[in-house]
Amino acid sequence: MPRLKSSTLYGWLLFAPAGVMLTLFAFTPTVATFWQSFFSRGTARRPSRFIGFDNYEGMIADPVFWQVAKNSLWYALGTIPTSIAIALLMALWVNSKLPARTLVRMAYFTPTILPMIAAANIWLFFYSPDIGLLDQIGRALGLGGHNWLGDPSTALLAIIITTIWKEAGFFMIFYLAALQTIPPELKDAATIEGASRWTWFWRVVFPLLMPTTLFVLVNAMINSVKLIDHLFILTKGGPNNASKLLLYYVYETAFSYFDQPYAATLTVVILVTLGLLAIVQVRGLDKRIHYR
Amino acid sequence: MTRSNFSLGRLLEVGAAWLLALLWIAPLLYAFWAAFHPSAYVTNFDLLAPLTLENFKVAWSFAPFDRYFLNTFLLVTLVLAGQFFFCTLAGYAFARFEFPGRDLLFALTLLQLFILPEVLIVENYRIMAGLGLIDTIAGIGLPYMASAFGIFLLRQAFKQVPRELEDAARVEGCGFLGVLLRVYVPVAKPVYLAYGLVSVSTHWNNFLWPLVVTNSVDTRPLTVGLAIFGAPESGVNWAVISAATLMVIAPLLIAFLLFQRQFVQSFMTAGIK
Repeated sequence: MPRLKSSTLYGWLLFAPAGVMLTLFAFTPTVATFWQSFFSRGTARRPSRFIGFDNYEGMIADPVFWQVAKNSLWYALGTIPTSIAIALLMALWVNSKLPARTLVRMAYFTPTILPMIAAANIWLFFYSPDIGLLDQIGRALGLGGHNWLGDPSTALLAIIITTIWKEAGFFMIFYLAALQTIPPELKDAATIEGASRWTWFWRVVFPLLMPTTLFVLVNAMINSVKLIDHLFILTKGGPNNASKLLLYYVYETAFSYFDQPYAATLTVVILVTLGLLAIVQVRGLDKRIHYR
Repeated sequence: MTRSNFSLGRLLEVGAAWLLALLWIAPLLYAFWAAFHPSAYVTNFDLLAPLTLENFKVAWSFAPFDRYFLNTFLLVTLVLAGQFFFCTLAGYAFARFEFPGRDLLFALTLLQLFILPEVLIVENYRIMAGLGLIDTIAGIGLPYMASAFGIFLLRQAFKQVPRELEDAARVEGCGFLGVLLRVYVPVAKPVYLAYGLVSVSTHWNNFLWPLVVTNSVDTRPLTVGLAIFGAPESGVNWAVISAATLMVIAPLLIAFLLFQRQFVQSFMTAGIK
């Protein structure tokens, strides 16, 4: 038997504690989710049994699933580009010679450190019909009141706005970090060339920020899947599922309707989405590592 | 730049930046307004309205916030201690040791950056039930301890350490754990600080998994307690909900205002790596 190299032994020993934790709480539940999705919901009389793809057929036939999938897609489309654009704008402003810059930066960043639940409490009051702040302002401007969270056509929009508010300042930080690495000589050179600020931004700054934009984009996509805390306060997915997102539906299915196998089936959809995202990101990372 | 500082365009831009800042901080300012005034002034912005602490008193007596604070404090401490322990060891393994399967293990670890514990609530609940850890603080914290993010950050930090430092320590008789504690950990201190700040604020604010895994006052963290307290069906008025909300965010908010630079820097460090 070949002698075990000490670096192999130490490497494995050092990784082992984290490895056990990851196996227990990340790898096993991931595999178990797929496995569970092939079983029926057990009842007291009839225990859970293997049913193949029946849960998936049920999901495809479930109108709520399609509604939720559509909502999640709109949620992603509504939150990701807007919060990234606002974040970039914030970073450019905070990075320029702005009066009261520290204060402005603080204002932009503060939502990041607030719990979503607490933020939702405050926003709930903004959105409330009649007594809410939005309606009060609307009335002052001569507009009628509106039940923002109770109207299926605006509920998801209200959720999206709260999310953008919560996220933009967080993404700003990454842009700020990237902007500070742009050498000032570049700006001087552009000024000598007579480039306008517009040209400077689109031809120099924006391309240089591309890796950051990709990084932020992936983060924003992951967040659009997992950031659902405010639903619990603002709409609970209603009215009539109009603002229900996929992960919230998973929660509801598992812990309100106690249908674990169907919740697992829905989770598979999330896992596959995130898995594809991981593949895209790892490819992107590979490219970045090469020129480091 | 000096010339354009006075132009109209620049003035408009500064105005827009300030307006956005005001818009972004408005919800928080509003919460302050509602919490410190009698409920009659919730939407009546009379600058001469009387100030009061009554709302805080009512909120404090309505729900066991003292217990929730203790639970959250225990939770973030436990999670942070666990993360430092597991991520330090694993980060060291990935940074400095050659072993078969290392790259595969590292790739599998990084998968957790995408497949977050939030997504696995259904199966993690079964596992916690199997371990008898439902409704315990440990049950809330365990899935987050071997954090891929932390392992990645510390691996990067440890890789920056010059080999000569390690060799010097070895000459003085340090074993591989001695080298880790005497050389690597001290060098990575700023990374620990950054990661610690991000971790504490994440877990102070975390909601979904704690909601799933707890079901009693003895384990519920602040966020879950606040959600139950603020539910519309509880019939508590706005001023009191605002007061409760401010209480929950106060420790983090005060820390942020005091150490703004470190916070921003930490989130930057954690993001760039």
